[in-house]
Amino acid sequence: MSVKVLHPGLATTVQDLGRPGYFHLGIPIGGAMDRLAMRAANLLVGNAEDAAGLEAVFVGPKLEFMEDAVIAVTGAEMPVKVDGDEKPTWTAIHVKAGQILSFDFLKSGARICLAISGGIDVPQALGSRSTYPIGALGGFKGRAIAEGDILPIGAANSVNEGRSIPVTLRRTPGNPAELRVLPGLYWHRITEEAGNNFFEDEWKVAPEADRMGYRFCGGRPLDFVDREPPFGAGSDPSNVVDCCYPYGSIQVPGGKEPIILHRDAVSGGGYFMVGTVISADMDLIGQLQPHTPTKFVRVTMDEALQARADRASILNAIRTSLE
Amino acid sequence: MQNRYSFGGDEHLFVECSEEMSLEAFFKSLSMTNAIRESNIKGITEICPANASFQIKFNPDVIHPDDMLRQVQQIEKVANKAEPKIATRIVEIPVYYQDPWTHETLMRFRERHQNPDATDIEYAAEINGFSSVPDFINAHSGAPWFVSMVGFVSGLPFMYQMVDQPRQIQVPKYLSPRTDTPKLTVGYGGCFSCIYSVRGAGGYQMFGITPMPIFDPEEKISYLKDFMVFFKPGDIVKFKPIGREEYDQCVADVEQGKFWPKSCDVTFDLQDFQQDIDAYNSKLEGLINEC
Repeated sequence: MSVKVLHPGLATTVQDLGRPGYFHLGIPIGGAMDRLAMRAANLLVGNAEDAAGLEAVFVGPKLEFMEDAVIAVTGAEMPVKVDGDEKPTWTAIHVKAGQILSFDFLKSGARICLAISGGIDVPQALGSRSTYPIGALGGFKGRAIAEGDILPIGAANSVNEGRSIPVTLRRTPGNPAELRVLPGLYWHRITEEAGNNFFEDEWKVAPEADRMGYRFCGGRPLDFVDREPPFGAGSDPSNVVDCCYPYGSIQVPGGKEPIILHRDAVSGGGYFMVGTVISADMDLIGQLQPHTPTKFVRVTMDEALQARADRASILNAIRTSLE
Repeated sequence: MQNRYSFGGDEHLFVECSEEMSLEAFFKSLSMTNAIRESNIKGITEICPANASFQIKFNPDVIHPDDMLRQVQQIEKVANKAEPKIATRIVEIPVYYQDPWTHETLMRFRERHQNPDATDIEYAAEINGFSSVPDFINAHSGAPWFVSMVGFVSGLPFMYQMVDQPRQIQVPKYLSPRTDTPKLTVGYGGCFSCIYSVRGAGGYQMFGITPMPIFDPEEKISYLKDFMVFFKPGDIVKFKPIGREEYDQCVADVEQGKFWPKSCDVTFDLQDFQQDIDAYNSKLEGLINEC
């Protein structure tokens, strides 16, 4: 079974739930930006939750199916069409051999997850099928899909078409988006006032926003606490001796525009960080379009763990709803 | 040297051994990450050593962050008393300094440089008080380096030279980053040398190029068949200056699967090293010459 790429979209990549274990060598975890959406799409079509699907940002691909398959599109709201007929999102859809899957303009969110029954069966690289284009690793030939590519599809389980995920279980960022942040790392480098401003100000997603990181602008610049630069750090007050960067960490080069590192993060560098977006909210970042107003919300570790448990119970509810 | 601990969200524990770079701080980061790996604490998914700090990624569903912190602090107590020795390897990396490819690239980005009238290596030599570029190359390739961190992107090593602080070379990064850097460029920024594993953007000064690939996602190159990334944190590196002829020969050997990096196992002892740095480094150099 295979699927032919008639049009690739903007930057459509094969993604699963990522390749943990190699960040100490500069190879990031990767995988779907919106994990919950990818898991839901896979569950809808009868795949294991960690099967590989396609992630498309802003513009969907146009695909021709060589054999019958069941598909599901989750994440961003982007009208799904099979041979031109509109089909529902977050729903298992039957596609027949020879039919063409395409998408209309994006309505909300930023990234769709497309699961195909059987999963995209490209070879695993370091235990994952996720594409890491900077390292030409994984996915389809280490790159985004292109016109004419033939994507191999694995053996499917039988599944009922028409079943769908209830609207209440579809997690989307609000407007303004709220991202919960645990302050820390090099938080002590900025003044108390700057720290308060960071959480008070409304930021906006900047145009430079991709799988590696999301940049934000529009808030007040951060003032630093005076210091003698430590040996090896560099002279700018926002510099530190190059260190590891956590996923979700928020660096602010020059104290100006915060950058949140995401699934394809660089593993380290020389910029200080004010804290980290909690694990429960990482999925939401992947659904933010440029210019989306965004508030950073300060939380404690206890609140972060509670949010994590809440997210886990949404996933459990999705699993139960499809049993 | 007391660690500073901070959580990076609910999945990371960030540990700063020292605010400033030093061999002692790096050594502490490396030996602690080794000890944590051996401790098999449940719930740890990634252990990443850096120059003077490290990071642990864990699953808070398996281990509560406070318990994670307590266990790592316990390991710090042991690490502070442990003998400062590590088992590692020393590798020789051939470098074609002042090669035509990085030269072509640096000439394209002169307006982003501190001194548009000099090359990167001329500038670095001058601001570090060397009277000539060959003297600078002697210093860069003379004493060995510790790979203090592997990362940024795929398999890129950051290296810290094994000399005392007054002899450390320091060079600022480009005023604004380049959009291009040749693959396998030997670069320099702050007090760190690096080798760009892939072509791409970069802000480090460019001194030369190595013919020896250090990252191969297809795992086809002779010495990268078992694993696509060459470097590990803790590797000791000795640069060997080479000319065009030897460079071309190495490139051809790599293509024909005949190239094997010179490398041998070694135990590094921080106390012996600190007693007489130059003597210790000569011993390391003797070792690599016999490999």
